[in-house]
Amino acid sequence: MRILYFAWLRTKVGMAEETVTPPEKVNDVAGLLDWLSTRGPGHANALARKEAIRVAVNQDFAQPGDPVGPDDEVAIFPPVTGG
Amino acid sequence: MSVSVQEQPFDVGAELAELTAGRTDIGGVALFTGLVRDVAGGDRVSAMTLEHYPGMTERKLEEIEAEARTRWPLIATRIVHRYGRMTPGDGIVLVICASAHRDAAFEAARFLMDWLKTKAPFWKLEETPQGGRWVEARDSDDEAAARWQA
Repeated sequence: MRILYFAWLRTKVGMAEETVTPPEKVNDVAGLLDWLSTRGPGHANALARKEAIRVAVNQDFAQPGDPVGPDDEVAIFPPVTGG
Repeated sequence: MSVSVQEQPFDVGAELAELTAGRTDIGGVALFTGLVRDVAGGDRVSAMTLEHYPGMTERKLEEIEAEARTRWPLIATRIVHRYGRMTPGDGIVLVICASAHRDAAFEAARFLMDWLKTKAPFWKLEETPQGGRWVEARDSDDEAAARWQA
């Protein structure tokens, strides 16, 4: 599963992207965020406030209960500020 | 109908001329452009860098444009959104909507901007005397976009 980080999430995690293999019990967005938080202090810090985070799965905005699988591209970012 | 996500500056006049060239069925064109300002939250802003999500950005802008076309009778639309480093006075985004009459042109342009503000995956980093800071999304933008849900 490919994870992309944008804006201050990238700064806090320390990387723009990584490829991960979460355990089988991780099968939705909420579970993935919880599991990613355990990967290190940078991850935990970046993902601490769920209300400050948005997620896209395969380039579509996703909700916490949406499924994620091993072939997905998951992007994690702050609320968008385009326009 | 077209969308561009690009680093290079755009020329508002040239974009407008290209959209209307040779057409005699357009009765009204509404054009909006968003610019970098030199102040934000009381601090001087010397530059702003926009980051985006390649792939999702183009897709979302095309979806937003297609949505506008289902809601209003538009003859032509153009969205240009830049990324990269910009300084005060630079153009960030351009939205042009052309229709037979002004109502559709005005409303669609407003709709596109309200949705761009909440759906387009860009993030802005402001440079101030205190250092760099990420712009935060605003509730007022969400509320503006919400009024189009009906």
